[in-house]
Amino acid sequence: MIPIIYNVRSVVRRPVSTALTALGVALVVAVFIGMLALANGFRAALAKTGSDANVLVLRKGADSELSSGLGRDAASMISASPHIATGADGRPLVSPEVYVLIPLAKVFDTTQVANVVVRGVSDQAWAVRSNVKVTEGQRPASGRAEICVGKRLTQRFPHTGIGEKLHFAGRDWTVTCHFTAAGSAFESEIWGENEQFMPVFRGDVFQSITFRLKDPKTFDDARRALEADKRMTVDAHRESTFYTQQSALLGRILSLLAIMITSIMAVGAVFGAINTMYAAIASRAPEIGVLLTLGFRPGSVLLSFLAESAIIATVGGVLGCLFALPLNGLVTSTTNWASFSEIAFSFRVTPALLLAGMIFAVVMGVVGGFFPALRAARLQVVQALR
Amino acid sequence: MKYLHLVVANLGRHKLRTVLTILSVALALFLFASLRSVVTTLAATAQFGGARRLVTTNATGIVFPLPLAYANRIKTLPGVSGLSWANWFGGRYGDGKVFFANFAVDPESYLAIYPEIVIPPDQKEAFLHDRSSALIGKRLLSQFGWKLGQDVTLQGTIFPGDWTFTVRAVYTPTDPVIGDDVLIFHHALFDERIGRAGIAGWYIVEIDDPAHAASIARSIDDLFRNSSSPTKTGTEREFQASFATMWGNVSFLMGTIGLAVVFAILLVTANAMMMSARERTGEVAVLKTIGFSDRLLFTLVMIEAGAMALTGAVLGLGGAKLLYEVSNFNGMGFLPGFTVTTATLLLGGLVALGLMLASGLVPALRAARLPVIQALRHVE
Repeated sequence: MIPIIYNVRSVVRRPVSTALTALGVALVVAVFIGMLALANGFRAALAKTGSDANVLVLRKGADSELSSGLGRDAASMISASPHIATGADGRPLVSPEVYVLIPLAKVFDTTQVANVVVRGVSDQAWAVRSNVKVTEGQRPASGRAEICVGKRLTQRFPHTGIGEKLHFAGRDWTVTCHFTAAGSAFESEIWGENEQFMPVFRGDVFQSITFRLKDPKTFDDARRALEADKRMTVDAHRESTFYTQQSALLGRILSLLAIMITSIMAVGAVFGAINTMYAAIASRAPEIGVLLTLGFRPGSVLLSFLAESAIIATVGGVLGCLFALPLNGLVTSTTNWASFSEIAFSFRVTPALLLAGMIFAVVMGVVGGFFPALRAARLQVVQALR
Repeated sequence: MKYLHLVVANLGRHKLRTVLTILSVALALFLFASLRSVVTTLAATAQFGGARRLVTTNATGIVFPLPLAYANRIKTLPGVSGLSWANWFGGRYGDGKVFFANFAVDPESYLAIYPEIVIPPDQKEAFLHDRSSALIGKRLLSQFGWKLGQDVTLQGTIFPGDWTFTVRAVYTPTDPVIGDDVLIFHHALFDERIGRAGIAGWYIVEIDDPAHAASIARSIDDLFRNSSSPTKTGTEREFQASFATMWGNVSFLMGTIGLAVVFAILLVTANAMMMSARERTGEVAVLKTIGFSDRLLFTLVMIEAGAMALTGAVLGLGGAKLLYEVSNFNGMGFLPGFTVTTATLLLGGLVALGLMLASGLVPALRAARLPVIQALRHVE
């Protein structure tokens, strides 16, 4: 084996061309990680929204809460289900909810309007959704025109501070609290009491009913019982599965875009690596001749040059990871077309993603270095030594 | 021109490198054109809208309907020359798996307000006279293999059940932004099935003078300000733009990635050019000795760089234009009227020019400034 230090020294001998090639690889890796971090963050926000222990009931055939509708009779029938857990006060943990979208103008540009989710919940909702925590202020009092605003909305929309009045549906609503929900999509929602929202929005109808299961394992039984009930036509979803599905469409588009763009870029970067390595080998033919004369096998020469290409690519990979790291936590927003509402979420650069980026870089290096390395290994000693 | 041969010979000296460099430039410009076209298509969608059309929606939010009774009151306003209404249906096809836009409209008035929707006269008659029929965009024909006269069934998501329509007419939009993958059916059938007559998702108001758009919009909203469903009226363009802004930062993202791509490829090309120049140090010295001027050598290297950048540009930009045109790409229905604009092609050409300058300048200067005596030491 040719010592790896030989390659490291050779790389350092040609700083400019190494740096340019490594930078090319770095940009590809940075775009790769950045775009997947976007798709990742979006998926994570929705995946965290649902809980395994909760069941979301919609009208049969409805693909989102927006297109669903359930009457009060259905709500009371579902509340009586034996599968529902009971809270500390002995009441069932169930929340029949009103779900609507309202247009809100953004802080930085009031001509830009986003569709924001307004969710009317029952008193129990705060216990049913265990990830929701009030960070500031008091929960809306029953019977009052009061609302609680998700943390992600507070910076992007005006009149969302505590004590301020937000105007929608023809009324003023006092903001009494802010809440977080572990980075999930709930943080992009406005919550209030369902009985307050019913008359001002769609009348006497709920959009969804969410309840906590006594035992998460009994989901299938609960679903069968609800869907077989002849008195209503409903679909029961596990809350976690439902929200994961909501992210499927846009998540898939984003990942697909990431892979398409980066693979085209990767081809360009591989071409760069091929060029660099061919030039390196052409200018070092005598050196290779000496190596072969010393008794190193062609296989070792091949490996050695592959390693050199991989080293350059690894430098690029590390740089790319460094470029992409500052993206982590950066908040962006887009409309989730599956629910038609705007969701704010953070880029998520995970260790797994960084590792994937590094592997991607090394693969680019090895692929780009293979044919040049093969040429090096096949050099005729006599010719090379001239 | 007599040096053309020299440039070609230099390009051919290391064929693989030349081909790879040209291909990387082509790929970069292909990506650049694609990403920019996403941005321009979104912008074009936001710009769409007849100057004479206003859209009235429920002020509370787009998901809330308006009473159909508003129609007669809007019609009587001065300056209003036509009125139609539509309702978002949100049905899915193929056991609920495939989605495309579909809505219920008042057919006669809707087609009168939208001259951009072109239908053969006999098909139009057939569609107007059959209440259970549907009018579809021509893309749906090829996408699902539907034929005229065929029954198609959609699964309602907002309005439950199976809805079957007979395809009676196919339209071709004259403005690509309208989209050619929409299914339109009779509002009358819709009212009948849901048993709740008298709601409209939104109104389209045709006015006789675009200059009065703002005042007419205000008088419509004033009409219903104190009713149970206040309205919000704006030009059709504003209505469209509100959808386009929903993509949020996507446009910005595409632009940033486009820049990263161009920059990455610039590095690759510059590297290749510099390597090829370094190899030729001795040769350049010989050329100088036999009388090639510094300026001529500079020009020759620049031409070489330019030839590569230009070939790459033609391949990449032309490829993008051709590919999207032939495949009739519309981004799964999200980007109706997706097209690579002339401005994008020109901008891509400028990028190629920049590429040539940036990658050729260093090697060209080096060739021009090469001290002959020193360089000749290396010539065997």
